[in-house]
Amino acid sequence: MRKAVFYGHAIPYLEDIEIKGRFIIIEGPDGSGRSTQIELLSSKLEADGHAVLNAGLRRSELIGQGILEAKRNFVLGRKTISLFYAADFADQLENKIIPGLRSGYIVLSDRYIYTLMAREAVRGISSSWSHNLYGFALRPDIVFYLDVDPNELVHRVFKKNSYLDYYESGTDLRLSDNMLESFVMYQKLLSKEFKRMQKRYNIVSIDGNRSVSEINEDLQRRIDDYLQSLKV
Amino acid sequence: MDYKKNNTEKIIPLKGKLIVVEGIDGSGKSTQLRLLEKWLISRNIPVFFTEWNSSETVKQITKKGKKSGRLTPITFSLLHATDFADRYERNILPLLHAGYIVLADRYVYTAYARDIVRGCNPNWVKKIYEFAIKPEIVFYFKVPIDIAVDRILAGRPRLKYYEAGMDLNLSNDPYESYRIFQSRIIDQYESLSISENFTIVDGTMEIEESQSFLRSIVSKLLPLNITKNTRRVTRI
Repeated sequence: MRKAVFYGHAIPYLEDIEIKGRFIIIEGPDGSGRSTQIELLSSKLEADGHAVLNAGLRRSELIGQGILEAKRNFVLGRKTISLFYAADFADQLENKIIPGLRSGYIVLSDRYIYTLMAREAVRGISSSWSHNLYGFALRPDIVFYLDVDPNELVHRVFKKNSYLDYYESGTDLRLSDNMLESFVMYQKLLSKEFKRMQKRYNIVSIDGNRSVSEINEDLQRRIDDYLQSLKV
Repeated sequence: MDYKKNNTEKIIPLKGKLIVVEGIDGSGKSTQLRLLEKWLISRNIPVFFTEWNSSETVKQITKKGKKSGRLTPITFSLLHATDFADRYERNILPLLHAGYIVLADRYVYTAYARDIVRGCNPNWVKKIYEFAIKPEIVFYFKVPIDIAVDRILAGRPRLKYYEAGMDLNLSNDPYESYRIFQSRIIDQYESLSISENFTIVDGTMEIEESQSFLRSIVSKLLPLNITKNTRRVTRI
């Protein structure tokens, strides 16, 4: 058991909780292979005898669907969307992630607050506002960022969907009338934000331009090393 | 509380005025604001009325969460902030730019008071609402707790779970819980009334009396007076 560490001081009633599990985040743009990696890592960790719980953005039963609907209608302002996501994230944190960690799970999260903060920063929302907003977030044990060249990302996205997602292309930012160009520009902006946050949040950058198995080997080795280091 | 701090919004002069009423349920604030609206309409002044927790998009979700009893102080706070942001981004701010008198039945102070009572960190809450502009006037309807609670409880209404503050485990009796919850909110309002410079309205006054007090203050802000003055200047 150890004391949970939060980024800020937003949840006084949770400040003194104790957790047993480990909290690992995989960050990275759409098409960077996050979900594939999480699947692979989960199976391996479970095979090794760990209880694994998957979490991620926009998975809360409370609000998840509402965000999708609202986005589809293109009606919401930027602050509204940010707060919506924050509420959804809070619901997951309190109802899933924290209980999981308290009962000793390894929680693998497909994205975390860094994606939300990067999206907000790119949209001109002040970073001090975002940092405060997510002050109630639990500090993870490891954060990986799958860094993929935006030009390579395009191909992976096309392979998966055959079209570019409106939001993942940052179309609302009107960077370019050409959707492909807009996608690349937007992903570059996000990647820049991640680099900016790297130090502050101790984000480990992983070369995501490699094959699935190469990336997996890299991630698995780092996680194993980390778990091993806890035993000593 | 200065919207210019935010680098996303272009600095457009606000031609309108924002007038807010705050106070606990049963303090008479909504009645007074509706009368103020009627009066402004009768004077052909463009006016917009907005209520706490009323964004169509967000309300459905908040309702669902409330029903399930799943909300925690943080999600409760964030959903109300989302609701506010939606009304702010789509109605309040554009209408102020367009020169409307915006009448808000509750504003960020309601969030401060309720969220702080629920245990959220005060600085966290205040920073979230930092994008909201400071109103021209905040009328705070001050009533002794017993009067307000009696007004609300007179008909023995069924108090909703969160409305009664049942999530705070103050008492098993909803009415008792409600009373304690409201008195804590009053304490928050009291400290805000000084730091945020509220204009205090005695909520025990007769309706007509309060209304003429409100009108006397609001009339000083009306664009009609301003245009009269500027006309005089241009004629000279």
